Amino acid sequence: MTKTLKTYIAGFILSLILTFLAYILVLIHVNSYHEQIPHEILLPIILIIALIQLFVQLVFFLHLGQEPAPRWNVVFFISTFGAVVVVIVASIWIMNHLNYNMTPKQIMQYIQDQSSL
Amino acid sequence: MHEEKNEKTFLGFWIYLMTDLLMFAGLFAAFIVLRNNTFGGVGGSQIFNMPFVLVETLFLLTSSFTCGVALLLAHEKKLKGVIAMLCTTFLLGAGFLGMELYEFSHLFSEGHTYQKSAFLSSYFALVGTHGLHITAGLLWMLILIIFILKKGLTQGGIRKITLMSLFWHFLDIVWIFIFTIVYLMGVAL
Repeated sequence: MTKTLKTYIAGFILSLILTFLAYILVLIHVNSYHEQIPHEILLPIILIIALIQLFVQLVFFLHLGQEPAPRWNVVFFISTFGAVVVVIVASIWIMNHLNYNMTPKQIMQYIQDQSSL
Repeated sequence: MHEEKNEKTFLGFWIYLMTDLLMFAGLFAAFIVLRNNTFGGVGGSQIFNMPFVLVETLFLLTSSFTCGVALLLAHEKKLKGVIAMLCTTFLLGAGFLGMELYEFSHLFSEGHTYQKSAFLSSYFALVGTHGLHITAGLLWMLILIIFILKKGLTQGGIRKITLMSLFWHFLDIVWIFIFTIVYLMGVAL
């Protein structure tokens, strides 16, 4: 794929479609009374749509991986992306466990707060 | 020889972008962890105006596209086209920034400041940092337009446009995730 107008237009249209797709899915979810799309399915779907859009923009806008070898930018991007995933996933994991493993005093306070509601 | 020097500049700038990405990862992690800590105050679904945010997103996406076209025209040495495209990118970016500032001032006027809850602190930190990057990008673009008007599309000018477009595409990519994780997921949950 060379740097042509076609690749930019293709990337732009694909990004538009993906943005609207995610937006409409959430709109349907918020406006439906019977919860047509459950959370457990909706959230992974819009995250995957975002990741596809990331890939689309990396390829069509930033032309990642199209320069001659050695492709250092790809190497740097993949290692950084790995670090990003570790930072975010590990934070969620640790903080959920912190919330779960509270001290007994905190748990009693928590139960009190909950029952008083 | 000249090409090789450019390649090194691009790689160095790319490494800067990757470290910037790591900083955003920290802010994203903080936001995701603190998103439900509203301290009895408002949550995302009560304060986000989704049609407004969608228009903001489209502004930035379109500006990313026009920025790419500007780079393309720069390689073809079409000076007028480059200036027109960079100005379009600047206006769309300024529109995006204006909308974001309006959103912030609207939240502030309703009393939803960054001091109210951990959710709002992390929200303003994440979206505000992105906005600061956009501001820096707009200033850069303005200087670049003046530079090109004065010196024309020299080898250095094309290199500067390439770096600027890398930065601008990067900011759009970060915004995809702000749009998805902060706004879409904030409203959906």
